[in-house]
Amino acid sequence: MAGPGGDMQWCFSQVKGAIDDDVAEADIISTVEFNHTGELLATGDKGGRVVIFQQEIENKNLPQFRSEYNVYSTFQSHEPEFDYLKSLEIEEKINKIRWLPQKNAAQFLLSTNDKTIKLWKISERDKRPEGYNLKEEDGRYKDPNTITSLRVPVLIPMDLMVEASPRRVFANAHTYHINSISVNSDDETYLSADDLRINLWHLEITDRSFNIVDIKPANMEELTEVITAAEFHPHQCNTFVYSSSKGTLRLCDMRASALCDKHSKLFEEPEDPSNRSFFSEIISSISDVKFSHNGRYMMTRDYLSVKIWDLNMENRPVETYQVHEYLRSKLCSLYENDCIFDKFECCWNGNDSVVMTGSYNNFFRMFDRGQRRDVTLEASRENSKPMQVLKPRKVCAGGKRKKDEISVDSLDFNKKILHTAWHPQDNIIAVATTNNLYIFQDKVN
Amino acid sequence: MSGDNEETQTTENTPADEKAQDKVISPEKSEEAKLKARYPNLGNKPGGSDLLRKRLQKGQKYFDSGDYNMAKAKIKNKQLPTAAPEKTEITGDHIPTPQDLPQRKPSLVASKLAG
Repeated sequence: MAGPGGDMQWCFSQVKGAIDDDVAEADIISTVEFNHTGELLATGDKGGRVVIFQQEIENKNLPQFRSEYNVYSTFQSHEPEFDYLKSLEIEEKINKIRWLPQKNAAQFLLSTNDKTIKLWKISERDKRPEGYNLKEEDGRYKDPNTITSLRVPVLIPMDLMVEASPRRVFANAHTYHINSISVNSDDETYLSADDLRINLWHLEITDRSFNIVDIKPANMEELTEVITAAEFHPHQCNTFVYSSSKGTLRLCDMRASALCDKHSKLFEEPEDPSNRSFFSEIISSISDVKFSHNGRYMMTRDYLSVKIWDLNMENRPVETYQVHEYLRSKLCSLYENDCIFDKFECCWNGNDSVVMTGSYNNFFRMFDRGQRRDVTLEASRENSKPMQVLKPRKVCAGGKRKKDEISVDSLDFNKKILHTAWHPQDNIIAVATTNNLYIFQDKVN
Repeated sequence: MSGDNEETQTTENTPADEKAQDKVISPEKSEEAKLKARYPNLGNKPGGSDLLRKRLQKGQKYFDSGDYNMAKAKIKNKQLPTAAPEKTEITGDHIPTPQDLPQRKPSLVASKLAG
């Protein structure tokens, strides 16, 4: 990782967003996602807006090229609504964005808030027609009596315009709050998961969806766990996984039955009952699950750790990485300030050799699975000179604090990095702080 | 695999030792004791379903849509101070027309990421 002899040296590339400390709620970034080629980077925020950045590569032929992401398109995806039946607000916050693989000139993405999923088409327009017969250039209609000849309108170049239009609205299928969407490898269907149910949709059909998982108990008093995340397998279109608030993973096969309440595989790490505490279940709740690109592993994020699971081994994870173990002795205050319920995401790099997740104080962590090394880096304005190499950070759990270390009590728990994304092929990462998006690049790349 | 200074110590204990040394060995358990001291009633009801139910119904409950619209208008007024003088003229003096009422939709301000 970073440092002498390390493979990767992360450098600051860009930061997007306002500098001021007074953060409007609408500007809080709620999701970050690269598309399948990495050329586009989408962000969603609490105000229901989507901003898409496009990569522009300078000197692509040189081994050390610098790429820059610039604004490509921005639009209002969701608006706040009021649920009249429950007298509750439906937030416009974008919970997840997922890109569809590109099939033609346009780009498509799915964005969702708590209740409604929308399919957006993002298309480019770089030509406009000129020379209409019935209209003036400014759009006013001509008096037909003044027209004496016919001409064929021609397409002339114009400044690139990127348009986003909603093509499908998938509504009214979720009683509870949608936490995940995942596009199937069959390019035709996708799933959406809320706290208790998972639905399967066809991308072309908005008036119906199939319920494939339903864990709602007949008596809500008996509710013991909720669905926290779900994802389709990257290659097997019949397989998907969902995680629970109790720290379990269930792999389901849609060929087995129409309703996949019975899992094909249950992944759970046995707990030592003597270590059980009030916090055990809360910190074991899985906040994110991601298949590896090769489809052989799954990664889960719970409050204190990242775990890698082999699809062929259900009884325990094959790797466990501590993200911020020093927080274990702070659980009481983290419960009181609600931080214990923060939902951190995690991601794989392109070849599944490194995994990344966020932490507090605008720190984020990377774990190199092969080299068995990990590093803590920080996304901050102080380290944002162009191509400035990020220095590894260290948290001092207790005892004597060395120079350059930061003590646990000095950590800013309001500065959380919940959302991170890794370019599908290159060593370029997007890290979201509360209201800023940082882009870092490996020096060698 | 993880940083050296972040791992918890785990030690083997005979059952007799465990209770006495619980607070030293498990930081989690000592944190639990701290929490129980502050909130003695915590966990008496099935804590799991309380937390879950709170999670299922996230979001502030309003009395009705009118209550919701007024709350939204209040937030909008706070964020757009220039609009406030206009709105103070309306209340109380006359029956408002649809044009006078504050809109529920937020003004479409562009994201600062795109700025």
